[in-house]
Amino acid sequence: MNKKCDVLIIGAGGAGLTAALNAKQSGANVIVLTKEYPTRSQTCMAQGGINAALGNAGEDSVEDHIANTLKSAHGQADEEAIKFMCESAPKAIEWLDSIGVCFSRTEQATIAQRALGGASAPRACYAQDYTGLKILHTIYDRCLEADIEIQNEKYLLEILKDEKDTVCGAKILDIRSGEVEIYEANAVILASGGYSRIYDKNSTNSSASTGDGIATALRAGAELIDMEFVQFHPTGLKNSSILISESARGEGGYIINSKGERFTKELAPRDVLSRAIDAEIKRGESVFLDIRHLGEKLISEGLPQERKLAKLYENVDPVHELMPIRPVAHYTMGGIKVNRQSKTSLKGLFACGECANHRVHGANRLGGNSLLEIVVFGKEAGLNAALYAKENVRETAINADTSSVVDEIKEYENVLDFYAKREHLGDLFYKNVGIVRTKEELKEALDEVLAIKANISKLGVSDTSKKYNTNLVEFIEFKNSLDVCEAVVESAIKREVSCGAHYIAE
Amino acid sequence: MKISIQKDEGLIEYETTLEDATLLEVLSDIKHNSDNSLCFSSGCRSSVCGSCSMRVNEVEVLACAYKVQDGDKIEPLKNVEVIRDLVVDMDKAYSFNIKAKAWLSQISSGISLDGEDSKTNEVQSDCILCGSCYSACPVYAVNEEFIGPFSLTRIWKYVSDKREDNEEQKLTDVQTNGIWDCTLCGNCTVVCPQNISSKADIEMLRMKSAQYGLMDPSFGSFDGGFGFDGSPSF
Repeated sequence: MNKKCDVLIIGAGGAGLTAALNAKQSGANVIVLTKEYPTRSQTCMAQGGINAALGNAGEDSVEDHIANTLKSAHGQADEEAIKFMCESAPKAIEWLDSIGVCFSRTEQATIAQRALGGASAPRACYAQDYTGLKILHTIYDRCLEADIEIQNEKYLLEILKDEKDTVCGAKILDIRSGEVEIYEANAVILASGGYSRIYDKNSTNSSASTGDGIATALRAGAELIDMEFVQFHPTGLKNSSILISESARGEGGYIINSKGERFTKELAPRDVLSRAIDAEIKRGESVFLDIRHLGEKLISEGLPQERKLAKLYENVDPVHELMPIRPVAHYTMGGIKVNRQSKTSLKGLFACGECANHRVHGANRLGGNSLLEIVVFGKEAGLNAALYAKENVRETAINADTSSVVDEIKEYENVLDFYAKREHLGDLFYKNVGIVRTKEELKEALDEVLAIKANISKLGVSDTSKKYNTNLVEFIEFKNSLDVCEAVVESAIKREVSCGAHYIAE
Repeated sequence: MKISIQKDEGLIEYETTLEDATLLEVLSDIKHNSDNSLCFSSGCRSSVCGSCSMRVNEVEVLACAYKVQDGDKIEPLKNVEVIRDLVVDMDKAYSFNIKAKAWLSQISSGISLDGEDSKTNEVQSDCILCGSCYSACPVYAVNEEFIGPFSLTRIWKYVSDKREDNEEQKLTDVQTNGIWDCTLCGNCTVVCPQNISSKADIEMLRMKSAQYGLMDPSFGSFDGGFGFDGSPSF
């Protein structure tokens, strides 16, 4: 029996859940599917803050927020979309405050704000360095209040279309049972996250950021845009790629080399800073983040996660020692092409969050704008999908079978280890499709992706269990990553001139 | 270094050459290189997504925040159904957030909180829903419907928030199978990776309940209830 709803949402991070709340409030019957659980989504990892020109910590204006965002986007953004996002920001914060997000506060009983790179004023509202966590959990609580049906551990296999090429549902793997299920919907929203994990361990992201929704949308015929724009965060811990939040620099941290020299502006935009650090590392230097001068009190109160993670993964206490760092893949600006109504190029398919490209970040995203985007455009996607679903009620049941990539993979030979391939490809992408790129290296990476795809049946899975087969799910994720990798590198080859995070060596 | 892992087929011993590694790194290494079938959950590897909670030598930890020792015995969480190996089904545990109505009663507007107010429930809002407290809680042995430590911490988070305007209703919702069923053993506090004390939060909820005349239903009644020492009180 197929499951049916008006609006089907794939992904339960901040964008998916905000979309769900708004779709439901518009009267739509909503089902949210997630391959994990909602509170495990990538949103929980956002630390630094969420931008809004409130002016609580110094003079600021919506105009400046727009100007800073536009500048960082390097001409690759939709100015109207940015304007809409920045103008909506104060209301978005007001809403988050009204549902109980525990923001840090000032003595004057306003929401505290701090400076992040590329911003002309302290604009990022924050909740210590747990901003994403606290926003996500509060929105999740709101979804429980609204009685939204959330189904956990359901993995997207295919987006389904009818005979008129209109999106009408999705084919889903129930990870627990191993059964393939059909979900029918009048509208589908993808809110399935970004693709930073194509860089494998050279990424700050959760291992789940494999670009599933983007790859699936691409296979269904949706257009992608600006896939070459990948943001490398300047301060990942050297060995583990664990993120040390930009707030560490916002609070006054220094970037230094092994001679103790500051060689760059710490609050430059992320692409500029990442290149400066990368160049220093390529000169044979080690690079460190130094926050010792901020003092134990500020570090413990304002950056508690940072201190814990540096101790755990690098065996250094940032109160007394330097943190070894390097830039790693952090956020993917590219994604599924959507218009201002969050509609993709496929009828009936919407997208929001990191998988979508609303063209508000352009070639380089500003810190504090991603949490803002998921709340502002999550709402738009939810409202517009609900409206569309109301006006486009499907009368006939879809006739899809449950055959899928799962059956195909069973036939694969599994003579080559895909985990090794995944790591190899991640390292190759970090080197060749990374912070600084050359035409030759891009071509080499493309050839490698195509070679792996051509020999995909040599890879495979060894675990034959139907029940909760993570070996299988990880392999399907890898297959999705390959499609995303191809799109990224093809896009990168086409853009011959440096722009923002896409930097071609002279 | 050897560790043993409770899989569906039994307790299996694995050898690892990784040194000074987190349990999550070791589990990933085993999965990639020696046993593709090993099942565990993980995500952020920075202790914020709550996916990789499990038990090491019978104590709940986040695999990403625990450094492996020779001879460690790794098992799934307790009080939840095991799906496969170290993966457990959290659906029922999380459903207690719904039973407890762990949200703001209604959307608030125009209430300003100062620095002091923001400290009141800062720690409670650090919860990552890893379920360690739920696994360590002894009450589930006698009451499967106990609302449980993380949900009650969430209730205290909202009750203690100035933006909540219906404290009494929030407290009323956690009287049955809730705050009075806790034994105050403190296991939840010991295992919490975020240094939250659900025990202390439950004590706060009890005090607040008393202010509204909401008392422990198991004693203090005049018609055959029981006293502090378990003896009938007349």
